Amino acid sequence: MPEHPVQMVDHLFRHEAGKMIAILTRIFGLSHLELVEDVVQESFLKALQTWKYGQLPDNPSAWLMQVARRKAIDRLRKTSREIVGPGELPEQASDTNEFYHTDEIADSQLRMIFISIHPDLKEEDQLALVLKIVSGFSVQEIAKALLTTEPTIQKRLYRAKEFIRKEKIRFEIPAGIELRQRLDVVHTFLYLLFNEGYNSGKVDELIRRDLCGEAMRLCKALTEHRICSSPTGYALLSLMCFHAARFDSRLDEKNDIVLLQHQDRQQWSQDLINIGYHYLNRSADGNEISFYHIESAIAAEHCLAKRFSETNWQRLLQLYDLLLELKPSPTVRLNRAVVLAEMGEVQKAIDSVLSIEKLSSLLKDHYMYSAVLGDLYKRLSDQVRAQAYLEQAFGLTTSQAEKNLIQEKIRTIDPQKN
Amino acid sequence: MLIFFGASDAANLSPEEMQNHMGKWFAWIDKLKSTNNYVAGEALTPGGKTVKGKKAVVTDGPFAETKEVVGGFFIVKAKSLEEATQIAKDCPDLPLNGIVEVREVMKF
Repeated sequence: MPEHPVQMVDHLFRHEAGKMIAILTRIFGLSHLELVEDVVQESFLKALQTWKYGQLPDNPSAWLMQVARRKAIDRLRKTSREIVGPGELPEQASDTNEFYHTDEIADSQLRMIFISIHPDLKEEDQLALVLKIVSGFSVQEIAKALLTTEPTIQKRLYRAKEFIRKEKIRFEIPAGIELRQRLDVVHTFLYLLFNEGYNSGKVDELIRRDLCGEAMRLCKALTEHRICSSPTGYALLSLMCFHAARFDSRLDEKNDIVLLQHQDRQQWSQDLINIGYHYLNRSADGNEISFYHIESAIAAEHCLAKRFSETNWQRLLQLYDLLLELKPSPTVRLNRAVVLAEMGEVQKAIDSVLSIEKLSSLLKDHYMYSAVLGDLYKRLSDQVRAQAYLEQAFGLTTSQAEKNLIQEKIRTIDPQKN
Repeated sequence: MLIFFGASDAANLSPEEMQNHMGKWFAWIDKLKSTNNYVAGEALTPGGKTVKGKKAVVTDGPFAETKEVVGGFFIVKAKSLEEATQIAKDCPDLPLNGIVEVREVMKF
């Protein structure tokens, strides 16, 4: 037994938990998912109880896996004796070595992802299930990350597991045309998971990082898999890298939001930007172009500019026009309007926001629309409208960081012209 | 000697929290090493046997109550029982319902 290293790899336990659940489920079957989750939890407890005195086994991962496997076999023997008397366990239970190869681990985990992100499951149930059985979060951690209560998460997990049980979902990666459709769902999910961490200003910083990190880790696993790898997956991964590169500069020490134009670009992670470019290049394979490609190109364009004033708005506008064709959503229109404003076309920007379909109901529900309109009117020094829209935005957002930002905007409205 | 048992609340921790908790133990050990208090530490395998009485009756496990089972021990160097007790107060398991027994090894 070696002396303990000063530090273990960050999130080692959490990641191991996901791996172990995937491998053991593959060995013992999806019908034993609950049992697998239990023995994995018990193995970590055993590890904690024996390792904490300062000594680690030579190979902690293998140690954990072995303990969990033994516990699972013991439990199954016990229950099978109770139900059907003495009998043999499934053949494969005795030997798990073939499942230990890195490829096989990744394969098992991807199967878990496809099961959890089943298109017939509600998005919120998918989210809870992935975080639980793929990412190794506890119910409490999921509740905290998704800003809800533990009973709610329990309910979602129960619903999702019941679905898997009743529909007899198979432990496999779909093939052929189904794979393509399912991949779309998985990509959408990972994008959502990343945004959950990136945009929600309400959750504490650590958990947000964890969510973004998980989305990137799973997306990377997807692109590395022989069957699941796709140009779209690479585009999505590069998009995440570009956003993640700016993570540190988005909040100041008081937890207030720092706008893109005021961010200290020295703080941006050049490493992540470079990795982002690498994946963006990989995504150029084939003739498929997804909205992730365009969004990533937009993010790359921002990373390319040394200073805010050097941003190539003309190019961004072209990209937003392209994006609008692929994804004609109100959010894209709103962002495009901001680009127009940066190009000096403020009135045109306002007109394009005002022409967004169903704007009045969007304004009622999402603070971003009134925040942008307020900002645009502020640029025109239209004090009355600017104030009205910004105050509306202030009332709509629940995030303190966003409230502070809007308040600052209201405070600095130029009262000269009206 | 610091003898550790209890800490039943650890079962409710998530894998991430368990790793963090272990990190606290490692930091504690590092600190005790840096102050030259730490001599050795071992974990005990759960279970074991008890041999009792004239007939040497063997039973499983030291105790029926899990929470009373000793999980491991430290040997620390301290000037007095009081100093050792002070050291024990930093045990990361205390918030998890842990118990530390502080005993002095008799020197002749």
